[in-house]
This record gives sequence, C-alpha cells and structure tokens, in this order.
Amino acid sequence: MNIEIRSDEATYNDTVVRQFAIMTIVWGVVGMLVGVVIAAQLAFPALNFDLPWLSYGRLRPLHTNAVIFAFGGCALFATSYYAVQRTCQTRLFAGPLAAFTFWGWQAVIVAAAISLPLGYTSGKEYAELEWPIDILITLVWVSYAVVFFGTLFTRKVRHIYVANWFFGAFILTVALLHVVNSAAIPAGPMKSYSVYAGVQDAMVQWWYGHNAVGFFLTAGFLGMMYYFVPKQIGRPVYSYRLSIVHFWALIFTYMWAGPHHLHYTALPDWAQSLGMVFSLILLAPSWGGMINGVMTLSGAWHKLREDPILRFMIVSLSFYGMSTFEGPMMAIKTVNALSHYTDWTIGHVHSGALGWVGLISMGSLYYLIPRLFGRDAMYSVRAIEIHFWVATIGIVLYAVSMWVSGVTQGLMWRSVEPDGTLTYSFVESVKASYPYYYVRLTGGLLYLTGMVIMAWNVAMTVTGGKPVAVPVLRAPAHA
Amino acid sequence: MDILYLLVPLSVVLVLAITGLLAWAVGSGQFDDIEREGQRILIDDTEP
Repeated sequence: MNIEIRSDEATYNDTVVRQFAIMTIVWGVVGMLVGVVIAAQLAFPALNFDLPWLSYGRLRPLHTNAVIFAFGGCALFATSYYAVQRTCQTRLFAGPLAAFTFWGWQAVIVAAAISLPLGYTSGKEYAELEWPIDILITLVWVSYAVVFFGTLFTRKVRHIYVANWFFGAFILTVALLHVVNSAAIPAGPMKSYSVYAGVQDAMVQWWYGHNAVGFFLTAGFLGMMYYFVPKQIGRPVYSYRLSIVHFWALIFTYMWAGPHHLHYTALPDWAQSLGMVFSLILLAPSWGGMINGVMTLSGAWHKLREDPILRFMIVSLSFYGMSTFEGPMMAIKTVNALSHYTDWTIGHVHSGALGWVGLISMGSLYYLIPRLFGRDAMYSVRAIEIHFWVATIGIVLYAVSMWVSGVTQGLMWRSVEPDGTLTYSFVESVKASYPYYYVRLTGGLLYLTGMVIMAWNVAMTVTGGKPVAVPVLRAPAHA
Repeated sequence: MDILYLLVPLSVVLVLAITGLLAWAVGSGQFDDIEREGQRILIDDTEP
C-alpha cells in the first residue's frame, strides 16, 4: 500500500477501509480455525492435549472474541467507513483518529489472543477481556464514534441515508453496553471484580449480551445490508419507507428483550415475561427488514443466477429471517424450557452468525475488495461461486446437527419416570449428542474452507491491483 | 433486584432520547421525499 496518493480533501479516505478489509479476512480465517479446533475438541476430547492453554474453556472465548469482534468488528469498521463517506459525500472526519481506531482495534485483538489462552478472564460471556484491555476498547470506540459522527455532521447531503442510522445506533449502543457491563474494580494488573454480584450481575450481563447481539450483530450488519445490497443489485432498496420503519421499530424494542436469556432463574417472573413479550414483538420489524432486503431484487431475479456475490447477500438475508423467527420462538418460556442450555442454542447462534453475519460480510467484502484495489472484479469469480456453496452446505450441516442434538438433549433431560426419578443420567445425553458433534465439525470445516478460498481469492486480487484514491463526488446528486 | 432500578430507568431514558431523535428527524424534513433518497446512493461513487 505504498502507492497511496497523497491524501487531501478531494478524495475519500480509503486507506483505513483497505486496512480493515484485509484484516477482516485474516481474522476470519483465524477465528473460524479456532472454532473448528474447539468443535473437534468436543468430538475428540483428546485434542485438549492436557495443556491448559489449549483447553476448550480457554479457546472458546478466544473463538467468540475472534469471530465477533475481530472478524465482525473489522468488517463493520471497513464497511461503515466506506459507506458513510459515500453517502455523505465527504472525506472521513479526523483521519489520524481513524488510523488510531485501526491500530487500536488490532492491539485489542492481539491482547485478547494472548490473554485468553493464558487464562485471564473476567468470566463475563462475550466480555471476557480484563480491565486494561477494556479501557483500550473504550478509547478505540470513542474515537470510532468521533470519526463516524464527525463525518455525519460534516456531510454535504442533507439526508442521512438509512444505513448510517443503523451504523450510528450500533456505535452508540455498543459504547453504552460496554461501559455499563464492564464496570469493575481492578484487583491487580490483570484481575478485576465486577461491581455487580449474583443475579444483578446476571441481569446486567444479559442486558449487555442480548443488546450486543441486537446492536453489534444485527443493527451494524443491517447498515451493511442497506448499503451493499442495493449497490450490488444496482437498484434502490425495495421500500425506503419500510427501511425507516425497520430502523425505528428495531431501536425502540430491542433494549427490552434481554431477560429472555434468564428464563426460570432468580430473575423476577415479570421481568422474564417482559423480555419474552418484547422478543416476540421483535419478529415484526426483523421480518419487515428481511423482506425489504430480498424484495430489492424484485424485477431482477435473474441476477441471482449470474452473480454469486448477490447470492451471498440474499441467502444471508434468508438466514436473518430464519434466526429472527427462531429467536422469538425460543424466547417463549415453554419453548425455552426445552431449548435452554442445549445445543439448540448453539445451532440458533450459528445460523445467525455463519448465515447472516458471515455471509453478508463476505458478500460486502467481495463488492469492496476489487473497488479498493483498482480492479474490475475479484481475481476468480468461479472461486466466489465455490465459496458460496461450500459455506452454505457448511451452515446447513452445522445448524441442523445442533437442532437435532439440542432437542434430543432437552427431551432426555426433562424425561421423568412415574416414580419421579430422571429417566436418563446427564452423561447419557452427552453420549447421545456425539454423532452430531462429528456432523457439526464437518460443517465448521466446510465453512472454514470457504473462508480460506476467499482469503486466497482476495490475496490474488490485491497483489494484482493497487490502491486507488477515489475523488469525492462533488456534483449535487439530483438536488 | 436493585439492578432494575438502574436498567429500567436507563432504558426509559434511551427510549426518550430515541423519541427526541425521531422527532428531530421528522421535523427537520429527513423523511420528506424518502423514495428519492433510496435512489441517490446508486450514483454516489465514481467507479475507479
């Protein structure tokens, strides 16, 4: 990237977009590889090697942090920086600060990759990192907000495009969630105690956890969807009005759904029911958005046959629809009584993560990479096609095996003899799950294979191209 | 469940803030001609 044209106000700042885009691919391969390793450990426990650093308990948070915050996070940085400049027709605000968000975020990821296998953890799911790293995250995130909203406030277009609303909500909410949930009292350089305790801590944790799903993994990636799907199709979003309704409805309801993670716990019953009701309400805006995205193709369905990138995006939206139906259903208390603590939850998370988040990021990156490096298209369109099929089959194997395993576990755990004793011991349910763990491993391996194909394709595209500086659009667009 | 005295007011404040933002967006004409705004992004970048 040494050919970068001297940056000035007349071009978009795509340097930071390129950096984040490339690191999305790198962390995608790493994070999914760790996921495959822990899936293999569940099928073959000997792969823990009796080494603490490679044990499942330490690698699992490494996997979740790497795929959510490293892969997903870098994808969100890259796409939001790209889209906000184009839709606001202005260069990114505070260039040096944008560069700091890149290097700072990479430092956070490296710190996580070192500290988690060493066993440093705050014990909060999806927020395991210890307090010094938490402080760095806060600094990076505040800088991100300054860069993003600074760009928004200096926009040359009066209207704020809907994708920016989604990106903006994601940035602000994640800042709030992180600060409240990670509040802790340090007790050493890499040790701290949460300021909350017991069920209070559990409630804060799932208020954080659920809203992290809602705003990091949903709102952020919806921002990506609302920009890159219309761009790839070459048509405006099916109903712009519906996209506005989608945004506000989602933002108003998401905050209240967290207690569904704590059904049948010490949490007051009314709080559980409140969480359940809001989860059910969420189905409406989610499906509105999903239909809106898919219908953008209306009148151009033939493009789905020719364009593998579009296939990534549309199948991603289908998985968004599936998991936003499945989620509210699992939030119903009677369904949750069966599904909670079983592999069904793992299947649900992965149909959302691999299907929705993964595929929409990959589709958007396939759109971005050639444009960022001055190429007409990816090096190999055939490889995109193969990636698509390998990944899709992988997701189906993963999700279906976990559904079957989860329902099996749930039914075995609740089965009671006439005299009131349990029909099955816990270990019998573990034994019954084994066949599905091999299928899950196969699905994960396929998905990782797709990611490696993508990494090769990106490497070939990037080495054959060179970074280009794109001038900021000056003409008043249809004033 | 003292924590609800933090989380519920926090969520209510957020709802009020979101309502304020929505009122601003509607009042300032963000949604006056929205179907055209969907078209605009298609011509926003000069292809390399």
